[in-house]
Amino acid sequence: MAKQKIQIIVCGGTSCNGNQSELLIDNLRLELEANALENDVRVIKSGCFGLCNLGPIVKIIPGDTIYTHVKPDDARDIVSEHVMKGRKVERLLFTDPVTKKVLATERELSSHKKQIRIVLRNCGIIDPENIDEAIAYNAYEALGKVLTEMKPPEVIKIVKDSGLRGRGGGGFPTGLKWEIAYKNKSDEKYVVCNADEGDPGAFMDRSVLEGDPHAVLEAMAICGYSIESHKGLIYIRAEYPLAVSRLKTAIQQAREYGLLGKNIMGTGFDFDIEIRYGAGAFVCGEETALIHSMEGLRGEPTVKPPFPAESGFRGKPTNVNNVETFACLSPIILKGAEWFASIGSIKSKGTKVFALAGKINNVGLIEVPMGTTLREVIFEIGGGIRYGKKFKAAQTGGPSGGCLTEKHLETPIDFDNLIAAGSMMGSGGLIVMDEDDCMVSVAKFFLDFTVEESCGKCAPCRIGNKRLHELLEHITKGKGTLADLDRLKNMSLVIKDTSLCGLGQSSPNPVLSTLENFREEYEAHVTIKKCPAGKCKDLMEYFIISANCVGCTACARVCPVGAITGERKEPHVINPNICIKCGSCMEKCKFDAIIIQ
Amino acid sequence: MSSIKIELRQEDVNKIKEICTSFNNDPQELINVLHKCQEHFGYLPAEVQEVISNELVVPVAKIYGVVTFYSFFTMTPKGKHPVSICMGTACYVRGAEKVLDEFKKELGLQVGQTTNDGKFSLSSLRCVGACGLAPVVMVGDKTYGRVAPDDVRNILKEYEEGK
Repeated sequence: MAKQKIQIIVCGGTSCNGNQSELLIDNLRLELEANALENDVRVIKSGCFGLCNLGPIVKIIPGDTIYTHVKPDDARDIVSEHVMKGRKVERLLFTDPVTKKVLATERELSSHKKQIRIVLRNCGIIDPENIDEAIAYNAYEALGKVLTEMKPPEVIKIVKDSGLRGRGGGGFPTGLKWEIAYKNKSDEKYVVCNADEGDPGAFMDRSVLEGDPHAVLEAMAICGYSIESHKGLIYIRAEYPLAVSRLKTAIQQAREYGLLGKNIMGTGFDFDIEIRYGAGAFVCGEETALIHSMEGLRGEPTVKPPFPAESGFRGKPTNVNNVETFACLSPIILKGAEWFASIGSIKSKGTKVFALAGKINNVGLIEVPMGTTLREVIFEIGGGIRYGKKFKAAQTGGPSGGCLTEKHLETPIDFDNLIAAGSMMGSGGLIVMDEDDCMVSVAKFFLDFTVEESCGKCAPCRIGNKRLHELLEHITKGKGTLADLDRLKNMSLVIKDTSLCGLGQSSPNPVLSTLENFREEYEAHVTIKKCPAGKCKDLMEYFIISANCVGCTACARVCPVGAITGERKEPHVINPNICIKCGSCMEKCKFDAIIIQ
Repeated sequence: MSSIKIELRQEDVNKIKEICTSFNNDPQELINVLHKCQEHFGYLPAEVQEVISNELVVPVAKIYGVVTFYSFFTMTPKGKHPVSICMGTACYVRGAEKVLDEFKKELGLQVGQTTNDGKFSLSSLRCVGACGLAPVVMVGDKTYGRVAPDDVRNILKEYEEGK
């Protein structure tokens, strides 16, 4: 691959990009040119390293040195010290958030030890805009093997034997899906990659597409060969411009190398891929809605059956898989079904990528074997809760999932266990909440999302979710009653039972699971009209502890409505009738004299 | 439909026609056509939809249905500096709501509105995928991470002095 002696890999994932990694790359190149090193050192913009809260990340090969929080101005030191003199830039080396030790390479990172990288195998390693690097890391080898040595039913058998289940959230066995599409004979069939990652707080698919687009293209071609289709479509959110541009580059390069298009690798098999854009509709993650959207229509779901494998895009058999599912494929073909099936739990094989976010120390992308416990994910890999606060809940499955609490910490995470715990796998967003989060508000937040995203086609989802949201609004304003809690539960169950598609069938899950796990919190809202977490504005009262107040007047000056009165050097008081509960006084107070009651 | 009436210039009409032709006037390409048109005009007023309707031979009501279904499409013009606050779950639990409130206060706008001078518009969006920087605000293409309510005024200042 690259002839240069040293490679500087800079993370070009979205978080790092937002932290000026682009400018850093420019500066590195300028510094190298200024020192006439541009032919010896190559700067590569890679996909996500998965260490988002430490970004921008720079990795230098050889040696695998990792630098964190690198600013554009640090380019000079990296070139003059590390590249030219071989001395590590100490101040940029990173400390393990768990052990607090300074680490030289990523392999020493404690959060890496429990991880196995299959889907993310090349993310942060290769240059996603250079097909040669992907090929050096075995891209398209599996496609070659499939096209030259295997018949479609053999490929399907390997996928079935591997136990791979759909990573989009449903967990449907991938091999079985392919088999149905294969058996439905038609002159035209389609392979669709669902890259409409609409779950808020989830960024796995985007990272795969940005970091290793060829993994998805190759797998789509393998799928095409297996179900006898010649046309692939990637349905991707228009909100992911970087992923779109890298996919376009990758498709172009694959065509030039004869890995897509007519007569792939001289085997006579034709397969080409086109990109279709979503336009911001969560429901389009549902496969029938997605297909309608690709046909230029409103993305409304339809009743299954007929399943897309029978009648999908343009009425032809269509196989829809998620980005992460596709990204698992070529390792399965190359290393065999048994290898894949040896990883994970009994019914869920392989690994799962999670986007860890929220009140957790190590925000980022992780990939763990199925069956890893929630405790391992949050406390060992995630480094625990920020600011040493207490863990309260973790939401998996986004707006369709539920919350897992302390009692679920030892639960091995896989498809079936999560459903048993009242949540679901979902696409892999894992949002951690601490003691300061009000679970009623969180449920309301998700309902807010569902109400906005409901397509409106069926009444239970369109009207029912709105009513649920109103009830929650009521409760957070202190106007709820105990009877409302039963009403919430009953309505949730009806919506689940009667909605047309996955969106409505799962939208009450956050309500049901918070009700189940945090009933006392709901009760506090409706009986004593208090929010135990201190989040619900209408149920709070700001109060000054006179013993702590020194009368510095800072709070009175910052109060936008003049609700705080008191003489200088005398304890102040807040008039609750004027107070708008903005919290400014509490932020300003240096003496911890202001509390919420 | 929209209450704002605009007069399309001939060159605008030609541009829409050109976009439609580039997709072979295929009604199945409607969403791609709308993406291109919004890229060009910044928004999709009724008048633009009418031209598309003629070109693709799709009833304008259908097009309106599609435009209003997807949150990415808008029928009101965005400001010169569109401000978007991420309200994804990760940003939400890290206090995005307070940041949004501060923008509302500073700009005097509700979500979906544009300032009278056309300079700023305010919107909330669902997850830009930069959860490591939560809470995230985007102004145009520029991303601001770990935004606190106190930062809002400074962010807006960057755009106020005719930059």
